[in-house]
Amino acid sequence: MTDGPAPVLAAELIRWSWVGRHLDDIRDNLVQHVELTGLALLFGLLLAFPLALAAVQWPRLYGPILGFTGVLFTIPSLALFILLIPFTGLQIQTALIGLTIYTLLILVRNIVEGLRGVDNDVREAAEAMGFTRARQLFQVELPLALPVIIAGVRIATVTTIGLVTVTALIGWGGLGQLFIEGFTLNFSTPIIIGIVLSALLAFTADLLLVGLQNRLTPWARSSGR
Amino acid sequence: MISFESVTKRFPDGTTAVDSLDLEVPEGDLTVLVGPSGCGKTTTLRMINRMIEATSGTIVVNGKDVATVDPPELRRGIGYVIQQIGLFPHRTIGENIATVPELTGWDKQRTRARVDELLELVGLPAEVRDRYPHQLSGGQRQRVGVARALAVDPPIMLMDEPFGAVDPIVRSRLQDEFLRLQQEVRKTIVFVTHDIDEAIKMGDRIAIFRQGGHLEQYAPPDELLAEPANDFVADFLGAERGLKRLALVPVSAVKAEPGPVVSPDDDGRRAVDEAEAYGSDWVVVVDGDRRLLGWAYAAEAAERGRVGDAEVLPFQLQVRADDSLRAALNAMVQSRTGVAVRVSDGDRYEGIVTLELLSKEIS
Repeated sequence: MTDGPAPVLAAELIRWSWVGRHLDDIRDNLVQHVELTGLALLFGLLLAFPLALAAVQWPRLYGPILGFTGVLFTIPSLALFILLIPFTGLQIQTALIGLTIYTLLILVRNIVEGLRGVDNDVREAAEAMGFTRARQLFQVELPLALPVIIAGVRIATVTTIGLVTVTALIGWGGLGQLFIEGFTLNFSTPIIIGIVLSALLAFTADLLLVGLQNRLTPWARSSGR
Repeated sequence: MISFESVTKRFPDGTTAVDSLDLEVPEGDLTVLVGPSGCGKTTTLRMINRMIEATSGTIVVNGKDVATVDPPELRRGIGYVIQQIGLFPHRTIGENIATVPELTGWDKQRTRARVDELLELVGLPAEVRDRYPHQLSGGQRQRVGVARALAVDPPIMLMDEPFGAVDPIVRSRLQDEFLRLQQEVRKTIVFVTHDIDEAIKMGDRIAIFRQGGHLEQYAPPDELLAEPANDFVADFLGAERGLKRLALVPVSAVKAEPGPVVSPDDDGRRAVDEAEAYGSDWVVVVDGDRRLLGWAYAAEAAERGRVGDAEVLPFQLQVRADDSLRAALNAMVQSRTGVAVRVSDGDRYEGIVTLELLSKEIS
């Protein structure tokens, strides 16, 4: 192990013929990576919204909710997946539950802070204009909280894309599979392809989210503030 | 139109913000609630549209007890303007103004036409419709706030220090504009301020509150200044009560004196006689049509032989029937003659206003 792989890595980082033969596998891994990330974010948002709304409505809940999601966030990812295996087995649910849990802290905190950051005068004006509570939330407060919420989604997305590679250890790893393959075969090409693709994926996802934010918040773009 | 019947507001911490208030706000009037901070004026205002719920008592708006009306519905029928304006930063000016029409379910065409109408009413160019609030100046934003409150033409408007956040020059212009607007729309307005001068300028009636939510006096500004109910009110009105009152009374309220009047062709001795009869050393000079030419020293006219040969000095400031007595006082102190000269719209001499006439009027 000490003098074996090093010269190989140095001599030939990428063997293009391997890449050519495994294009389908690489594509499948990439698709799975995107699916896992997307689903984790989706479930994360679905859970984070009610938690955040509860925290805004009853401020006393905010501390405990943040504390709880914070504790979840600190569990080492590998340990969490291993802990889940007895309950959910080596299935996609195991990966998704873990990934979703890690998005919660960031998403809840950003949704709450976004909503709290809405100007009191604006809130008061909305109330005085005769908005019902629900309409005020959806038409005034959420749109105004959007920049902060999307900032949270961006961090959660990039973090999740990184974390998905860890779930490869339970068999659901997207591009992470390539790392395992590379280590197992002591062969650098899949590892490098995996690193480059997951970095590109994170970068692209971030750009798309920035684009989305610009589309959704035209009022903040021409900002003179 | 709006009436408070023994309304009390006690906050959970035990402070009494409003103490058993009885108040009638007449329809079509601008009623100002004024007082030092902590006097309950804003609480009183916000109980009308139930932004704050009264602890006890009844508030009747348009013949209905507000406690029986669903708050969002109640609020859509009451315009609301606050100092910080609270425009929605994510909505264009047009969308901001269209807020209540949208909530009320107006169709697009009607809303659009109304937005155009309102922009014009508050004196904003049509181009601002598609801008966002942060692209406007403070004064423009305040106008948008007023337009938004007027959108569905509610009979009632609540205004909480609406002009407090703009600089004094813009404030004074917005006040004048708003008073003109109010002449047109004749809303029933409850207006909160801590500035007694603004209260006197804006109010048809003024309610003065004291800390703890006591209504000390409720009267038209002139009456308030003439007869403050107690020391608190007198103190709050300030040391220049007389001057403030002068600002409210038009020149036409006092009967101008004929004064010593001569024409340029008169003999200088006539000027001396006129001046002596009046008790002055000067005379007013008018032409054959009684158009005001100025004034001259009687002695100088006598010396020269003819009034027209003496130097006729202009009155720098002249007052008309609808100017305030305060303007008349200003004209007095700026003129060597010590009187204000009153002219008609055609610049014809109508008489002179003296300090005695002023003090007789306000004492």
